Amino acid sequence: MKIYLKIWRQKDADTRGAMVDYTLDGVEADMSFLEMLDVLNEKLVSKGEEPVEFDHDCREGICGTCSLMINGRPHGPESLITVCQLHMRSFNDGDTIVIEPWRAKAFPVIKDLIVDRTSFDRIQQAGGYISVNTSGNPVDANAIPIEKEMADKSFNAAACIGCGACVAACKNASAMLFTSAKVSQFALLPQGRVEAAERVQNMVRQMDLEGFGNCTNTGACEIECPKGISLENIARMNREYLSATVKG
Amino acid sequence: MGVMDSKVPSGPLAEKWTKHKNEIDLVNPANKRNIDVIVVGTGLAGGSAAATLAELGYNVKTFCYQDSPRRAHSIAAQGGINAAKNYQGDGDSVYRLFYDTVKGGDYRSREANVYRLAEVSTNIIDQCVAQGVPFAREYGGLLDNRSFGGVLVSRTFYAKGQTGQQLLLGAYSAMNRQIQRGKIKSYTRHEMLDLVLVDGKARGIIARDLVSGEIERHSAHAVVLATGGYGNLFFLSTYCMGANVMAAWKAHKRGAFFANPCFTQIHPTCIPVSGDHQSKLTLMSESLRNDGRIWVPKRLEDAEAIREGRLKPTQLSEEERDYYLERRYPAFGNLVPRDVASRAAKERCDAGFGVNKTGEAVYLDFDSAIMRYGREKALTSGMKDPDDATVRKMGEEVVEAKYGNLFQMYEKIVDQNPYKTPMMIYPAVHYTMGGLWVDYNLMTTVPGCYAAGEANFSDHGANRLGASALMQGLADGYFVLPYTIGDYLSDDIRTGPISIESAEFDAAEKNVRDRIQKLMSANGANSVDYYHKKLGKIMWNKCGMARNARELKEAIKEIAELRKDFWDNVKIPGSADAKNQELEKAGRVADFMELGELFAMDALHRNESCGGHFREEYQTKEGEALRDDENFKYVAAWEYKGDPSKAELHKEDLEYENIKVKTRSYK
Ligand SMILES: Cc1cc2nc3c(=O)[nH]c(=O)nc-3n(C[C@H](O)[C@H](O)[C@H](O)COP(=O)(O)OP(=O)(O)OC[C@H]3O[C@@H](n4cnc5c(N)ncnc54)[C@H](O)[C@@H]3O)c2cc1C
Ligand code: SF4
Ligand code: FES
Repeated sequence: MKIYLKIWRQKDADTRGAMVDYTLDGVEADMSFLEMLDVLNEKLVSKGEEPVEFDHDCREGICGTCSLMINGRPHGPESLITVCQLHMRSFNDGDTIVIEPWRAKAFPVIKDLIVDRTSFDRIQQAGGYISVNTSGNPVDANAIPIEKEMADKSFNAAACIGCGACVAACKNASAMLFTSAKVSQFALLPQGRVEAAERVQNMVRQMDLEGFGNCTNTGACEIECPKGISLENIARMNREYLSATVKG
Repeated sequence: MGVMDSKVPSGPLAEKWTKHKNEIDLVNPANKRNIDVIVVGTGLAGGSAAATLAELGYNVKTFCYQDSPRRAHSIAAQGGINAAKNYQGDGDSVYRLFYDTVKGGDYRSREANVYRLAEVSTNIIDQCVAQGVPFAREYGGLLDNRSFGGVLVSRTFYAKGQTGQQLLLGAYSAMNRQIQRGKIKSYTRHEMLDLVLVDGKARGIIARDLVSGEIERHSAHAVVLATGGYGNLFFLSTYCMGANVMAAWKAHKRGAFFANPCFTQIHPTCIPVSGDHQSKLTLMSESLRNDGRIWVPKRLEDAEAIREGRLKPTQLSEEERDYYLERRYPAFGNLVPRDVASRAAKERCDAGFGVNKTGEAVYLDFDSAIMRYGREKALTSGMKDPDDATVRKMGEEVVEAKYGNLFQMYEKIVDQNPYKTPMMIYPAVHYTMGGLWVDYNLMTTVPGCYAAGEANFSDHGANRLGASALMQGLADGYFVLPYTIGDYLSDDIRTGPISIESAEFDAAEKNVRDRIQKLMSANGANSVDYYHKKLGKIMWNKCGMARNARELKEAIKEIAELRKDFWDNVKIPGSADAKNQELEKAGRVADFMELGELFAMDALHRNESCGGHFREEYQTKEGEALRDDENFKYVAAWEYKGDPSKAELHKEDLEYENIKVKTRSYK
């Protein structure tokens, strides 16, 4: 296949970026999207040009590192996958593909297609944990039975890979889906209940401090989330937040 | 330099760890505040160690090359984590877990370490559940278990196919709690480029800020390396793209012995290679072997017809299929250990029975499981005579609940529906049992430099059983290292902060800068990947699943030549004072080139077959691995002498006081 690429190039955070055109021949359907970029980069390097930088690591959809906006959609056209799992068979010979970084104030560009997502870490540090000591826990694991349905729900929330697609998909660049997934995981477990009120307040405060936008219930986040994190979590977080602030 | 004293405590096996903990020196909590520890790596081993050390009161600095500690490669682990809880009442015990692990490792691991691992395994589960790790549960609310290759009990805890992710998020949340308290300072997008020794002790690191390109000095009273495995040396592997040996290799060059580099695990159930552009291989969790049956056609002409697309696997009847694992190993069947399953697949494919275009794939078939589960489900839902289609549908639902995300992953990559047609799998490089040599306290031969998790060598021997790496990483990080390190640090309570303004730091920084300069100025014509792929081919063809003396000798020569060519002809665009992924890769590949040579030397000197190390010259009549306990029951620990080819071999004899060393059989 022959593919026409328009890629966002930006030297660093302080330099203005621009779209640059590339043409790539010999693209095979079996290649992953990132392997296609590898091939482009190989060509650029052999010409002595700087390769296009993009974030990636596991290349199997679990680490949450890869983050490309493809034709205006986070992680590309297919649903429920990350861009490292996207294959070129999803495109046709002669297609033009536009590739940009995540766009959000709280995710500044570092270089080319790489953005800084440390704001997500700071939201977690504000309370995304259960305050239990790591050295020698005395309670036997089966002494805390958990209803299967609750455990599964908690697991579904915990499946968030922290990729940031929800933020990139949102017209307000809101981090509600991510934050609510983290809040929900613990809120649904007996171990996490004790400090639930404090947790939700602290995490929401940090989320606002980082400069993420407000949620206006558009639902684009849920559609673009590679892990199917549900809007239910946002509703749950809102309930948790409300009752925490009422209790004050 | 570097005396190898394993420091294994005396006394009965079951009491060693308790006795040792009672005897080692402790640091008073007030003094811990004056002691700094650097932890490089934030995977399960590093993340859990950092959180626990910080909680104990030490000042901790963590480093990782990803943008967040939560993205360390531990996140990718799918199958599960072992613990001797005996929740299923199927006769499991600490001793049985210990025994299975030592046997599974082909008697090349250190007995006392493995026993300790089995002993603390139960605490790990308690710890993780307290942290909110959402393990799979049964309807009664209790934890669920499954089994893995090489064992006959169900002791594996799991969270769907995302166990590593959930465990890592647990460790990361424990880290976050300490970051919030100011006890951990986390440096992300930072890469350790050298280890700094002051008066012979590890006292800091040189790191590069991968965003600004700045070279930084960081000092501490001790340095913990939890930097994962080096399987990326093969280019194609199940590792993440950034996995490297850099930190461990730099420590090796500063005096840390490198143990058993050739012990590499080839995992039997990975998605086969599809073409030249491929950048990595994807694992299909071994847990699939609980229900999937592995086969190839019985007749060569059928295999050929399948390869040419004239025949579909579903058209072959039960009698026309060769379930070769069930045939050869009736006791363990499809659940034989990984080395055995991998070799058996290679043997069938080499004999011409491979089923994909390149002839390097076998089938992993869920058809019987789907029908079996379907019938069971139909019965329990009160159906008397369900037709096949209904049974199949119900069965598919059960299988989906168990393995759904793995099936989806397979379909995305291969573009075939594994519910309808069997998966194709082939072995791939997956885990490195070798690593930095450590004593019972997890200290390397460099005083004050520790190694934890996959980066060390001690617990898995020549082959690792499934679900035991996660266990080892967390055991090291939560329960072993935080105690044993106190023994060393108790001498440092009056030392005070370590200055970064010293001749040693100057020299190490200069060393790092010179090397970067050298890489940037090699103005050749080839990309870094060009060299990495070449190295990978040599490794896979000559140091891979089967090795022989002639090819190993060739590999040593070829790698040395390739290394020379690399330094002359590599091309790295961009600048060293900015974000530069080509430069990052170049540094990693340069180290792989040196390690590759040592790897082949290690494989060449070990004239026996054991676990993942299969020397063609040493096999039984039935093609099974032939160990030589008389001559090779030792750990090979290599000391750096200026060039990999000059490395000096040291041996730690392995004593088995509690286990009778037997021929490993899974028949
Ligand atoms: C696909 C897959 C599935 C697996 N499934 C299972 C399973 O089901 N059960 C099981 O028990 N095991 C499994 N394993 C093995 C297991 O996941 C790993 O062995 C284990 O997680 C390694 O943990 P670690 O903490 O030692 O290292 P890692 O998690 O690899 O962490 C390495 C850390 O070191 C950092 N680092 C490396 N080099 C540097 C440097 N120079 N400077 C700074 N930082 C550096 C990285 O940033 C990272 O934080 C699996 C492995 C793979 C690849
Ligand atoms: S909620 Fe979904 S889109 Fe958002 S960070 Fe998590 S996995 Fe990514
Ligand atoms: S690279 Fe890890 S999710 Fe895509």
